[in-house]
Amino acid sequence: MKRKEMIKNLNQTNEIVEVCLLAGKIMMQNGAETYRVEDTMMRIAASFGIQESHSYVTPTGIIFSIDGTGPTKLIRIVDRSTDLQKVMIVNSISRKICSGELSLEEAHRQLKELDTKNLAYPFWMQVAAAAIASGCFVIMFQGGWRDFFPAFIAGGLGFYCFVYVHRLVKIKFFAEFLTSFIIGIMSVLFVVIGFGHELDKIVIGSVMPLVPGLLITNAVRDLMAGHLVTGLSKGAEAFLTAFAIGSGIAIIFTIY
Amino acid sequence: MIIEQLVTSFIASAAFVIIFNVPKRLLLNCGLVGMIGWLIYVLFVEYDFDSVLATFVAAFFVAIISQLFARLYKTPMTIFSVSGIIPLVPGGLAYEAMRHAVMNDYNMAIQLAAKAFMISGAIAIGLVFSEVINQIIKKA
Repeated sequence: MKRKEMIKNLNQTNEIVEVCLLAGKIMMQNGAETYRVEDTMMRIAASFGIQESHSYVTPTGIIFSIDGTGPTKLIRIVDRSTDLQKVMIVNSISRKICSGELSLEEAHRQLKELDTKNLAYPFWMQVAAAAIASGCFVIMFQGGWRDFFPAFIAGGLGFYCFVYVHRLVKIKFFAEFLTSFIIGIMSVLFVVIGFGHELDKIVIGSVMPLVPGLLITNAVRDLMAGHLVTGLSKGAEAFLTAFAIGSGIAIIFTIY
Repeated sequence: MIIEQLVTSFIASAAFVIIFNVPKRLLLNCGLVGMIGWLIYVLFVEYDFDSVLATFVAAFFVAIISQLFARLYKTPMTIFSVSGIIPLVPGGLAYEAMRHAVMNDYNMAIQLAAKAFMISGAIAIGLVFSEVINQIIKKA
């Protein structure tokens, strides 16, 4: 009888750890800050009765351990993107767990479902958003309205290329490089045929949807919060992205 | 002129969060946060303050408004602060730096790159600063 209870207990501990790891993985994959991920995992564990837990979160993997004889588990994070809606949903699931509204099994089921779901806006809408944002950035950077539409087209097509190339080639930096190269070609073309006027403004506006602004600020914030490893690796990712974009444009300038 | 800036920064921030997949009901709030941040930045630069300082103050207020919204809508604060800092990110400067580097004008390139680095630092410090103040207020 006692033995059975122990096994049941162990199984439950296993599931708690799994729920914590899954929640952490979804958050980290979709652009949450490190401290929030750690905090959420520990809160979930605490509300299922595990008072002492330790989590080590990096952009490429999460290690989660509970005190005593319980298991220590590792989960690998392969690709990262930004999907703030998923971060929001995990956040609300963890709130519900903490207030006791969700059982362990139910939370596990909901997280599993969320992990495989695609909540993104339709693709055409994202392209349109990138196009509009590019056009607006031209105006914000003191460009003229006559350059709105060249940037609109270059930015939209650039974003389209980025998603398309990223689907074919899994290496993100290559996709960014190629995209900024294409944006550069288009911008020069627009200026040459007289459709666009200020090359600089058009290029800056249209590469803005690719610029790793979120990554840079998250990196510096993590560094300041004491998550040194995470901060540095996010910083490296941001630097590589900026470098890929810059060199793609740079090639155009050496030719043009 | 300033209205033009307000409208474009609002639309740009709201459009950007579609790429980051923020739920529709929060789009207007995100646009508002972006607009206020950019307004503060533009006003400071207009009155001849340094752009690093302008960025810092703008990021600081972006974080404060984001915290208010986050508490109001019970969501992570990142959702709002991301859209607020997007207009402030020194993409233009980084681009100029890269362009000068390619044209073998390394002096100018390093200058611009240092400035871009300072501005991204200013954004982060502005965000962290307001969070720290928030925590102090909570504890006091």
